[in-house]
Amino acid sequence: MSGTGLKEGSTDVALLSAMRSGDGQAMAALYDRYSAIVYSVALRVLGDSGAAEDVLQEVFMQLWRNPGVFDSSRGHLGPWLAVIARNRAIDALRKRRPETDIDDVVVLVHPDMTGDADRKQAMEKVRGALGSMPAAQRSALEMAYFEGLSHSEIASKTGEPLGTIKTRIRSGLLTLRKVFET
Amino acid sequence: MSSHEQFADDLALHALGTLQGEERLALEKHLESCADCRRELDLLRGDMSLLALSVSGPKPPLRARQRLMNAVTRESRRSAAPARRAWWMLVPSFAAVALAIAVLALWLQNATLQHRLSDLASQSAMQQAGLQKAREVISTLTATDAMTVTLVAAKTPPQPQGKVMYARDRGTLIFLASNMPAPPTQKAYELWLIPMKGAPIPAGMFMPDAHGSATLMNPPLPKDVEAKAFAVTVEPEAGSTVPTMPIVMMGEGE
Repeated sequence: MSGTGLKEGSTDVALLSAMRSGDGQAMAALYDRYSAIVYSVALRVLGDSGAAEDVLQEVFMQLWRNPGVFDSSRGHLGPWLAVIARNRAIDALRKRRPETDIDDVVVLVHPDMTGDADRKQAMEKVRGALGSMPAAQRSALEMAYFEGLSHSEIASKTGEPLGTIKTRIRSGLLTLRKVFET
Repeated sequence: MSSHEQFADDLALHALGTLQGEERLALEKHLESCADCRRELDLLRGDMSLLALSVSGPKPPLRARQRLMNAVTRESRRSAAPARRAWWMLVPSFAAVALAIAVLALWLQNATLQHRLSDLASQSAMQQAGLQKAREVISTLTATDAMTVTLVAAKTPPQPQGKVMYARDRGTLIFLASNMPAPPTQKAYELWLIPMKGAPIPAGMFMPDAHGSATLMNPPLPKDVEAKAFAVTVEPEAGSTVPTMPIVMMGEGE
């Protein structure tokens, strides 16, 4: 590992480029930037700190071993790591092999989470949007996202029609999108 | 309803990874040919990632960072920076090493083959020389015009000599004599086959010429008689059935 003088202000792309040259300090900088998001999602899904740490380790080691797996031309690293972490946590929760190859995951996303201020602002927007959703919609969205339940499982749990659940989940996601489009 | 509308809700479920069974297969098939839906799927994943921001949990423990950095250090030591190059970047190096090994192996093989070739050429030359020598010997022995000369010690009077070639199974015989003195008047020489068992068998009468040479060719003989020796005696010209002493010449088979 060699230090390259990379600081907190370096872009994700610069840090990823340094990682490709085997720079462990760049890895550490990215970890400090995004480990909280990755760990929070994993912990929320799994409810166990040890299992969440395993997901955290796995996600960042995958990035270390193959930094090229993330395509910086198609989105930001933070949201991509959040998706990968959530998917791996769901796999762990359901005790199943990973269903999606991380090479296939493309996240076209709006907010840049690079800076602390960016992340804080984005969090407030998301919480605001979720708070304004009807409870049933928010619940369906969270069951699908944090518990990995299918629409059939949600429908049998809530006693509501399949089509209703499907529509609620999609419209909930579109609501979040609109928050960042305005 | 257009196909996009038909799959709109399923796209959201697919982004969340919860679409299963036939619905998932149908959507994946549609995605293969629909760029708009592929883009919408990527956007929905972006929307989905926002949900992570709704969580406000504790930060990961410090030990998690240490664990990660330890693993990173271990892997760095194992692979070192040059080893992190893409595998295909090493192809020319591997190819060069493989080529060098192949060239060395071929050179060694070539040197070995040259050495063996040299040995074979040497052996061949020796065999050719041996064969030529044998041909010359056979040629001399079989030449019809070859002169045969027997040398003896100087100032020694020529000694009578006879040579028998006898083929027992065929009952054939050739006898050559030289330096034979002329027999007494009304006498002749008689050749005898002395068998392993029984009495001597007459094997032909002969008279030497002016040079003392004589020849007997296939005298009448019983077949398959094993000869112990051959002898020559002086007998009346008509021949005898029993040899008359003394024996002039005698010899055993070699």
